[in-house]
Amino acid sequence: MIEVHELTKRYGDKIAVDRLSFSVKPGTVTGFLGPNGAGKSTTMRMLLGLDSPTAGSATVNGRPYAEHTAPLREVGALLDAKAVHTGRSAFNHLRAMAATNGVPMSRVDEVIDLVGLREVARKRAGGFSLGMGQRLGIASALLADPRTLILDEPVNGLDPEGILWIRNLMHSLAGDGRTVLVSSHLMSEMAVTAEHLIVIGRGRLLADLPVAEFIAQASLDTVRVRTPHAAALHDMLAGPDITIYSLDRGLFEVSGLTAEQIGDRAASAGLTLYELSPQRPSLEEAFMELTKDSIEYQAHDLKETVR
Amino acid sequence: MTTVSTAPGWQSRLRVTLPRVVKSEWIKFWSLRSTWITLLAAVVVFAGIGLLASSIGGDGAAASGPPGPGGPGGGQATDPTSLSLAGSMFAQLILGTLGVLLIATEYSTGMIRSTLAGVPKRLPVLWAKLLVFVSVVFTVAVAASFATFLAGQAILGADGVSISDTGVLRAVLGTAVYLTGAGVLGLALGALLRSTAGAITTLFGGLFVLPGVSGLLLPDSWSDKVTPYLPSNAGNAFTAVTQNADQLSPSAGLAVFAGYLIIAVVAAALKLKNRDA
Repeated sequence: MIEVHELTKRYGDKIAVDRLSFSVKPGTVTGFLGPNGAGKSTTMRMLLGLDSPTAGSATVNGRPYAEHTAPLREVGALLDAKAVHTGRSAFNHLRAMAATNGVPMSRVDEVIDLVGLREVARKRAGGFSLGMGQRLGIASALLADPRTLILDEPVNGLDPEGILWIRNLMHSLAGDGRTVLVSSHLMSEMAVTAEHLIVIGRGRLLADLPVAEFIAQASLDTVRVRTPHAAALHDMLAGPDITIYSLDRGLFEVSGLTAEQIGDRAASAGLTLYELSPQRPSLEEAFMELTKDSIEYQAHDLKETVR
Repeated sequence: MTTVSTAPGWQSRLRVTLPRVVKSEWIKFWSLRSTWITLLAAVVVFAGIGLLASSIGGDGAAASGPPGPGGPGGGQATDPTSLSLAGSMFAQLILGTLGVLLIATEYSTGMIRSTLAGVPKRLPVLWAKLLVFVSVVFTVAVAASFATFLAGQAILGADGVSISDTGVLRAVLGTAVYLTGAGVLGLALGALLRSTAGAITTLFGGLFVLPGVSGLLLPDSWSDKVTPYLPSNAGNAFTAVTQNADQLSPSAGLAVFAGYLIIAVVAAALKLKNRDA
């Protein structure tokens, strides 16, 4: 269980996290989503006590992280794959991490096998690829069999096989009843990984809801219609609260009516339809819609910038 | 998937203790190639320069008049003990660098986040690093200091002194203390500045450049008052058998030198405890 209450972090004038409150429940994978610079990493760092909040609190299993007697047993964290000394082997890195909390050395071997780093475990971590570094980070996170996992962009740099592996791993960890908080800036990744979503932008909470609800809300109910009788159908469908966008000759999108309503009306008038399909905006579009006002590094139109 | 072949129930025995943090730091210390290289380099340089100085200095010592003190500050050594320990001038920089590396590279590589995730109370990490560093480096420094002294006196032959002569044992042990202290200073600076380059530069400046600069830039009346209290000159006071009139007494020198270490370590502890990592 992770609880964040009125959490605020300021760096000088800049506010990175702004009175953020949410909780993450055990037994599900919770996605922590937001554009780059939204404050995800800062929030995670405060959860681990690496940064101290300007105001508010962040607790894990009822206490600030630093107050647990066996912190690695409470939280396993992957903040970034680069939290490793480049000159040390993966094995020695894990051995040193394990020693601090008294994790038995046999467990080090277990996690090495679990993440599939056996063959390179004795090599310097500095020579690891991004994907291998990510696996080492996951191994460190799992070391003390933690009740809570906090993973910052865990699929970064992984190949498709690795991404699938992480996804299944997170599901099984949540299935054991653990709390899993995983951040990403990719909505499409979260849609298949997470069951619950916390969306932030510019350090503020934008949404806290189940993924299914987010997807349902995101659907804007437009229906694509292709017909040789475009003009006649236009006239039949027109009405208040109904908008029709022409896309091409004989192709348009209707919002405000369901596909069933359009199909029935066309049938009753004997008009042929070649296509009648409800359109869902991609999750990525829905996410961008939600966060468009809170993107920190907004790319501008080239002409505008030049002018 | 987290089925455990490790003896069950280990999870309930987990907790952070200082001995466990020391064990972790011990593993970290020895699992870097740079530790071995730096320690070896310090010993080779210390012994090499000491033996070289003994063989060169021994030839001219009789002719060059009364013996004078030398030591880490770079004074011209002519007494037999200081000749054999002349390498400490460079060894202090190498061991200081080892101290810097021990903590500054944790910041440059990002390792510090893993370290503090394991020990979020933070200060035990600094105490453990100091304990591991001091016990290893002091052991090495004492061995190197005695061995080089004895070998140096053997080279000097009739011009040499015995370990039982007045002040000699203190100088030989003092050199090991000073070398270890230079390393501790490096470690504290590494924790304070969190940058390898910055900490090494500051350390070299403080130990090596400052004594010369203070003599050049300060008016004589100030310089005479300030110079004996600089870290390396305070070190000279207890690492050489004889002291010049403008130097502190051995015990005062040791006290001043220890004062620098305490200030640096306390500052490092405050920074580690209170600042975002």
